[in-house]
Amino acid sequence: MAAKTLYDKLWESHEVRKNDNGTSLLYIDRQLIHEVTSPQAFEGLRMNKRAPWRTDANVAVPDHNIPTKDRDKGVEDPISKLQIDTLASNTSELGITNFDMSDPRQGIVHVIGPEQGITLPGMTIVCGDSHTSTHGALGALAFGIGTSEVEHVLATQCLVQEKSKNMLIRVNGKLQPGVTAKDLILTIIGRIGTAGGTGYAIEFGGEAIQDMSMEGRMTVCNMTIEAGARAGLIAVDETTINYVKGRNFAPKGVAWEEAEAHWKTLQSDADARYDETIVFDAADIKPMVTWGTSPEMVAPVDGFVPDASDPAKAEQTSNALKYMGLKAGMPIKDITFDKVFIGSCTNSRIEDLREAARVVKGQKVASSISLAMVVPGSGPVKAQAEAEGLDKIFLDAGFEWREPGCSMCLAMNADRLEPGERCASTSNRNFEGRQGQGGRTHLLSPAMAAAAAVAGHITNVTRYYEN
Amino acid sequence: MQKFTAHHGLVAPLDRSNVDTDAIIPKQFLKSIQRTGFGPYLFDEWRYLDHGEPGQDCTNRPINEDFVLNDDRYQGATVLLTRANFGCGSSREHAPWALLDYGFQVILAESFADIFYSNCFKNGMLPIVLSAEQIEELFKATLNEPGFKLSVDLELQTVSSSSGKSYAFDLDNYRKYCLLNGLDEIGQTLSYKQEIADFESKHLKKHSWLTQEVR
Repeated sequence: MAAKTLYDKLWESHEVRKNDNGTSLLYIDRQLIHEVTSPQAFEGLRMNKRAPWRTDANVAVPDHNIPTKDRDKGVEDPISKLQIDTLASNTSELGITNFDMSDPRQGIVHVIGPEQGITLPGMTIVCGDSHTSTHGALGALAFGIGTSEVEHVLATQCLVQEKSKNMLIRVNGKLQPGVTAKDLILTIIGRIGTAGGTGYAIEFGGEAIQDMSMEGRMTVCNMTIEAGARAGLIAVDETTINYVKGRNFAPKGVAWEEAEAHWKTLQSDADARYDETIVFDAADIKPMVTWGTSPEMVAPVDGFVPDASDPAKAEQTSNALKYMGLKAGMPIKDITFDKVFIGSCTNSRIEDLREAARVVKGQKVASSISLAMVVPGSGPVKAQAEAEGLDKIFLDAGFEWREPGCSMCLAMNADRLEPGERCASTSNRNFEGRQGQGGRTHLLSPAMAAAAAVAGHITNVTRYYEN
Repeated sequence: MQKFTAHHGLVAPLDRSNVDTDAIIPKQFLKSIQRTGFGPYLFDEWRYLDHGEPGQDCTNRPINEDFVLNDDRYQGATVLLTRANFGCGSSREHAPWALLDYGFQVILAESFADIFYSNCFKNGMLPIVLSAEQIEELFKATLNEPGFKLSVDLELQTVSSSSGKSYAFDLDNYRKYCLLNGLDEIGQTLSYKQEIADFESKHLKKHSWLTQEVR
């Protein structure tokens, strides 16, 4: 039998039928639903008098719009409120579980899935959100879909899909202390570009990935979409199994034993062939900071803002520099900030908060920073951080400590940048206007964001890790 | 879904690579629970000089004269010509909804982001991939000839100009079939109802933990 990649195995085990034209009908084990990309899907279902195929395969949570403070006042923005209420009424009408704002398990959809054991290895998982790639960290095939496809999955439990090509990104060696999963994925995107993974499912492997915690793996897979690939994948190993064990909705008893035995087969065969293999050396990777308006516009902390001398990128570079208000050739370390945001589905898990708190401990946010905020990814992350006293460390330093949600990653709620404001952000996209019209976003790791909050400008966080 | 067989329309050139879905339709407009009404806010931050809000009447907003869609010669355009990696970023289907609501039915680019590309077909829109050289040629033609129009024939898979220049494009058969016939993809899939049910019953029996209730 031909050797298979993990992606091949997940694909084939969910293939209901092959169509004549090369597409397949793929069975979907789990659909995660949030308030922004679902209302039109539910409406479509109603208009066509269709019922959900398998209600219990769906789990919903509001995250994009919800306020991160003064929750007792409810949702003030009436348009946001309508969207959140619409999710509640749609899910209750159909009997779909919804972790609403008052539920202690509420949080960012890509944080709560793995955290609750709703996301399990070997599953096919979709959500009307491009960062669904996150869940691939557990050895699941997970990808973002549009609203029409949300409706399609609700109605049929399937999707018509064309199989992607296989790419392996192997990261040899070990990351230096203070260099994180975020720096690795930013380095990868910087090298292969935002369209480098288009048409591929990317599997991440190698020593640096094997050494990584589940939180780190989720950060890497989360931003796979920023490299153009809909799905990122990491083989199941002991780290995965240990992470899943004991989660609220993870299997128990005999079911656990059966599941574990199956999950342990979820790796690529040793001689599996990839359409493309790219190798990185972890030891070479430095803390990274984006300087432009695309995640591929990234430089190491000791680097410089580029000039527009590369003719292939001249126009893009000069547009980006103009929007970002930066001078070509200036050191990355000279970038100063107005706001700092630690959060998002990329970097709001407990490990992210621990890393940031380690840097912040006993220090103060620079007086030039008007707002530094930490937005935990979920209710349980927030509770865990509070149990460890991390909230106290952030509050003492001058950070705001908020309620869980997507918050300033995309500024659909009240948390946003004003025109011209510059933000050190642990989120995933530095597009024009992403964090607020005219806002300027620099993507970096939680540790780097914490260091920037203290210094008021970019500084190399690895010095906090010496000794 | 509307059938798409052929199209003839004015071309508007958007000379940028990596146009992301946040640029196509900014986040504040995603709060709508409708599929329509996004057209006035298409490319909102590039098109207007002020900050737009959902539901706002756009007729008296200050417009950015430098933005291509505000140029008189491209009013009424239905074909958008652009560069590489169009539609990257978020999976929001509001992006194709906004383009369609504005009037675009065809998008020509060197490449598209995967999710955006797929979303277009669900809405009766045709994204067409041409080579970088062909796209460059079309940019020149659009800029040099006021009123430059293109004709698209989906059956033949060609894009042609009035000067007789014609370009062939590739397209997946299933997507072509659905567009040509205006087919509802869900209805198509439900015609395999029995196969799905058979697969599901075996699959869930083998992986019993998949039916664990989440409450």
